[in-house]
Amino acid sequence: MTIAAAEVDAGARTLSGRGIITAIKASGIEYVLSVPDITTSSGLLQPIADEPEFRLIRVCKEDECIGIASGLSYCDKRALVLIQHTGFLYSLNAIRGIAVEFAQPICMMVGLLQHDPDVSPRESPRYGVRIIEPILDDMGIAHHLISLDSDVAKIRPAIDEAYRTSRPVVFLVGRSPS
Amino acid sequence: MMKRDDCFRILARHVGDEAVVATYSSAVEWVGINPRPLNYLSIGAMGLDSSHGLGLALGRPNRRVIVLQGDGSLLMNLGSLVTIAAVAPKNLVHFVVQNNTYEANGGHPIPGTTVDFAGLAHAAGYAATYDFSNLDAFAQQAAHVIAQDGPVFATLRIEPSKPLTYDYPSLYDPAKREAFKAAFAAQS
Repeated sequence: MTIAAAEVDAGARTLSGRGIITAIKASGIEYVLSVPDITTSSGLLQPIADEPEFRLIRVCKEDECIGIASGLSYCDKRALVLIQHTGFLYSLNAIRGIAVEFAQPICMMVGLLQHDPDVSPRESPRYGVRIIEPILDDMGIAHHLISLDSDVAKIRPAIDEAYRTSRPVVFLVGRSPS
Repeated sequence: MMKRDDCFRILARHVGDEAVVATYSSAVEWVGINPRPLNYLSIGAMGLDSSHGLGLALGRPNRRVIVLQGDGSLLMNLGSLVTIAAVAPKNLVHFVVQNNTYEANGGHPIPGTTVDFAGLAHAAGYAATYDFSNLDAFAQQAAHVIAQDGPVFATLRIEPSKPLTYDYPSLYDPAKREAFKAAFAAQS
């Protein structure tokens, strides 16, 4: 590979936090419910905190987000849960009960902690990352990997579909957004 | 010490178009006393009553929301006291019904039976907190408790009640969720 080609390749393997935020806004998200996650901390959560179009609700434990998002959905208010995959695992019972069994449109953006973005999450050497997609499949929850700028286009249609069908959706953030 | 059904009958006299969030024993007893579309019962996971209530209060700031949470449930989500106090919704009234047992799960004691929930809520930063163990006192103040600017927290110290019948398929009927949504939207 030439130097120029390498630069082009490196340039293509990026994820813009601003692009994700633009997609979230375009999806009609008003509320962002979050426990900080180091993968998304500087590239997503901080700019969201600075963005007046969002109402950021900082919670103590991730499963609170699921209840709050459910309450908001009954008011036709769109919310995005922004958490780490460890917090997602902690919240599984709430997701099972509220998002799946009670069919609520809970939209989650989940940072994959210490994940190598050039490896499929299913093949991650990290157990906690490797089990996420199989769990989502078993629970019948739609999910999308967001690792590259080209993945950002998945966000708005998936959120619209979640609210149209009243079903949950998960976006797995596989790379720290810049 | 009070009885939960007596407390709820008093509360029902003052509840109009508020959304009422309740689970397990509180839900069974409240629905028996005051069945209405504006009861929000599909909590989905123990402990999240207060979080659902916060979501409703945020989404409809012009409507009042009352949470009837058990003590075992609140213990599973104590952090929600801090979250709610930080968000500070003026339209949220948060009751904890304290009988010191996991009533719906066999009546076993909660880990600490001397917990001062109102004290915890006060320390978290709720706008007003109350602790009722006398029915007459609650009857005198109930209207004020649910009408003032929140977030308001009130402990209702009750004795264990007679065994309840938990008809979960009825409580979690999807039609009830639809009815709630329609009723809550209609009066906004």
